[in-house]
Amino acid sequence: MIRFTDVSMQYGDGNEALRRINLFVEQAAMVYVTGRSGAGKSSLLRLIALIERHSRGQIIVNGQNLERVTGRRVPLFRRSIGFMFQDHRLLHDRSVFDNIALPLVIAGYRYQEIRRRVHAALDKVGLLKKEKVSPIALSGGEQQRVGIARAVVHRPALLLADEPTGNLDPALSWDIMKLFEQFSQVGVTVLIASHDLDMIKKMNKSIITLREGRLLTHIGQTIDE
Amino acid sequence: MNKRSGLQPSRYNLKKTFSTWLLQHAQASIFSLGQLFKQPLNSFLTTAVVGIALSLPAGFYLLLDNSQRVAADWDNSSEISLFLQTGLEQEQVTELATALGQWNGISAVRHISPEQALEEFISQTGSADISSTLGENPLPAILLLQPEIENLSIAAGEEMLEKLRALPEVDSAQFDRQWIQRLFAIIDIVRKAVTILAIVLAIAVLLIVGNTIRLAIYNRRSEIEVNKLFGATDAFIQRPFLYSGIFQGIGGSLMAWALLSLTLFLMEAPVSRLAELYASQFRLHGLAFSEVLFLLLSGASLGLAGSWVSVKRHIRDIEPA
Repeated sequence: MIRFTDVSMQYGDGNEALRRINLFVEQAAMVYVTGRSGAGKSSLLRLIALIERHSRGQIIVNGQNLERVTGRRVPLFRRSIGFMFQDHRLLHDRSVFDNIALPLVIAGYRYQEIRRRVHAALDKVGLLKKEKVSPIALSGGEQQRVGIARAVVHRPALLLADEPTGNLDPALSWDIMKLFEQFSQVGVTVLIASHDLDMIKKMNKSIITLREGRLLTHIGQTIDE
Repeated sequence: MNKRSGLQPSRYNLKKTFSTWLLQHAQASIFSLGQLFKQPLNSFLTTAVVGIALSLPAGFYLLLDNSQRVAADWDNSSEISLFLQTGLEQEQVTELATALGQWNGISAVRHISPEQALEEFISQTGSADISSTLGENPLPAILLLQPEIENLSIAAGEEMLEKLRALPEVDSAQFDRQWIQRLFAIIDIVRKAVTILAIVLAIAVLLIVGNTIRLAIYNRRSEIEVNKLFGATDAFIQRPFLYSGIFQGIGGSLMAWALLSLTLFLMEAPVSRLAELYASQFRLHGLAFSEVLFLLLSGASLGLAGSWVSVKRHIRDIEPA
């Protein structure tokens, strides 16, 4: 699903965020990307989402060489990805329903289909009764769940989550991780950047550890190794 | 997903693509209308500025149009009016008329006696009692000379007038065409000025709408970022902004139309009072349907162009971070 071959990434100021990364993530895998702040977790995710471009090496995502995904192909490529952020990035001037519907509206779905899918997604995260509410009126955990619903409503092949539980208490975090696990069980590849080591250990999934832009552990290793 | 759609006949795909496109346009236009109504004061201010900017050239156009209509009533007189001294004998007048008929450059002479002139005056103004108040007919005899050349140049006309004025029987000579031509020349200058003004104000409308859209784009930066992140094309993101440009343009046009209609309404009574004083049937002309349509179309395209410039420049700058 995701293959990095000798990938480096440099910011404009010459600062190297990632150095010679090689990794492979299978389809339907659930993988944590961990490391200290500034180790390159976010950069890794941003490369996959084409928010940043790598400066060396090759990245293949979902069968596509990212170097060839340019211009008008970028939006189409991004439609196969779901995003989640620590700060939710929900739009406060519209309802929960409209927030979740966004990826479907962008892809040009019809209203009936949008309604069906948004309801299914809301049901999945347990917020079916809140569809008409503004996101501001929700608690932090609820907002995060709306973010999840929005990230999966268009059934992406890949789900990228950047510190999705950063602001949540352990119980809520655990619920959200369990949700992610369910998605990976139905075939979605899930990549989660997180530094919540306790929870990562409990989840017992593959881990990519980064330190100062280098790969420290490979897939299949756990932190203790 | 790609595989599945690849199996469909291409006509179906084309139809589906088109209906999706239509759907997204409908969504974008409704969305941008909603955005305009969400900030009524801002929208109203922009629309008002656009409206005032559009109403100026449109108003001048109306002014020109109306003055041309007034002038057109006079334009059909290509004759020279010769007002003779009062107290001339009938024979003297006929003699002069025949003499003038022989002149170079004059093809025909028509004689209007003072009685005929009074009759015409009464029939035009409808004030029959005027003759009884006056008692004696104050009007002079008039000779109408038809120049041989239909469109006499101003210099040649002036020369002929000088010669006619020199005649002892003539009190005054007037060539209507002469000053009509001057009036038309003036109108022409004004029209050029109005055209330039219209262009300048059109640019102002472009800038106003462009700036409003630029602010709107920056106010909705985070929304644009999220949209891009979930795979929105630039076209998708642009659409609501372009529509709001069009709507502001149309709103401005409607406002300009309303302003002009109000002005005409207020001017109607004084103008017809003045026309009455000149014994004229003149009425102010408002914008015709096609002109209103043109105004709306100009507003819409100016709004679209203004937002287009803004959108092209600023939406590309916003990338998800």
